[in-house]
Amino acid sequence: MGKRVGIEVSLAVAEAVKLCDVDVVSAYPITPQTHIVEELSHYVANGDLDAAFIPVESEHSAMSAAVGSSATGARTYTATSAQGLALMHEIMFIAPSMRLPIVMTIANRSLSGPISIWNDHSDIMAERDTGWIQIFCENGQESFDLTICAFRIAEDKRVLLPVGVNMDGFILTHMIEPIEFMDKAEVKAFLPDYKPQLTLNPKKPVSMGPVGVPEVYMEAKKQYEQALWDSKDVVKEVLAAWGKHTGRKYAMVECNGKKKAKTVFVTMGSLGETAMTAVDNLIAAKQDVGQVRLRLWRPFPKEEMKKALKDAAKVVVIDRALSPGGVCGPVATEIKSLFYGDKNAPKIYNIVAGLGGRDVSVKDFEEMYALAKGGKIKDDYVIWGVKSNA
Amino acid sequence: MSDRAFVAWQKLALGCAILEPGSSAKLKTGDWKSLAPKLDEEKCIKCGKCFTYCPEFCYSEDKNGFFRADLSYCKGCGICANECPTEAISMGKEEK
Repeated sequence: MGKRVGIEVSLAVAEAVKLCDVDVVSAYPITPQTHIVEELSHYVANGDLDAAFIPVESEHSAMSAAVGSSATGARTYTATSAQGLALMHEIMFIAPSMRLPIVMTIANRSLSGPISIWNDHSDIMAERDTGWIQIFCENGQESFDLTICAFRIAEDKRVLLPVGVNMDGFILTHMIEPIEFMDKAEVKAFLPDYKPQLTLNPKKPVSMGPVGVPEVYMEAKKQYEQALWDSKDVVKEVLAAWGKHTGRKYAMVECNGKKKAKTVFVTMGSLGETAMTAVDNLIAAKQDVGQVRLRLWRPFPKEEMKKALKDAAKVVVIDRALSPGGVCGPVATEIKSLFYGDKNAPKIYNIVAGLGGRDVSVKDFEEMYALAKGGKIKDDYVIWGVKSNA
Repeated sequence: MSDRAFVAWQKLALGCAILEPGSSAKLKTGDWKSLAPKLDEEKCIKCGKCFTYCPEFCYSEDKNGFFRADLSYCKGCGICANECPTEAISMGKEEK
């Protein structure tokens, strides 16, 4: 067992990136991601990390530089939040299409407007269809662990896709948590050197990212979408290997609370821990309740999620992003379509909660449970706790 | 496989990369054009501006010093005609 240190989670993530011995960090600071890249720039400046730190002029450039450096075969890292992620948007599609295993931390923050620096998942949900592998962390230790796992997943030659590691802004990034660290040798034993398949090398010329005329575009798209689906097996393997290596076991979909519970919460990100406490309280009060935590958002673990929910009569899906004018929130949309046409489908409720940094407490989950149990949620989705005069 | 596609997705190089240098020469972009440049040798002063400005590099000098467009790559943009200082190049229907 490694050393346990009380540390701000952002700094722990920076340490994880350092332990992965990255070659290039290209980043632009933005709240609440700043401490991560600030710390990495210290490491590089002090000589603790032998890497190039590219202090770019914008996030559009941060992702562009990451694409360029990854194309040369360098292990590449970046991090951002909200408006920064939005500014990366057009390059977000390029990285998976060129099969570049960039790892990026997204310190999740709501997109303005109104202007907000606080947490929700609206930033990453706007990037949902870019082709990145998307992982959500629940706490500080997971943020440290899954950052290291992300490099191994991304660089696996069966995958070669970028990985976004999502951690809730402030709620995780600025929290001081006890984190179990590892030394460099332990990380090296887990994470092999990156062996790129294609690189920009004058000795072996290759054109990357060429035009995809109509006769080739769809095949190119299919190639990396298939790689994204195939990455699920690798994610599973890597998480299992991590469990063996460190004793900390993670799955793409995890269940908690009562087995075969009648009412089940589905959460993603740090709300999972709040829900966990609520579920414990409810079980202590003799309620038939459980919880499913979704850790892998893309590729969506369809079979695992369906299996996790198969015995539930009522499912309460918590979304931390609003899809304005849509049928329901993004996570609930997936889960509803998963059960489409299924005679034994549970009743699926959707609650959009915690937007723009609004707190969601244990008590909130207990209230949601009471409403779901009583069948009192009538709308396709409920924006939880929104103050109304009506 | 659809006859609208060049190649099956499994056969595409990783990330749709192009592994063969110079393969763009195989793509005859000349059939995109609607108008082709035509040179009036009487007016031409052999300055080579057409050669310099052509975005497709399809002009080359012949043995008499005239610059000729390779119409199998010319997209018909007309920049050469526009830049020609003596109006020796005109854009018109391609003569086949």
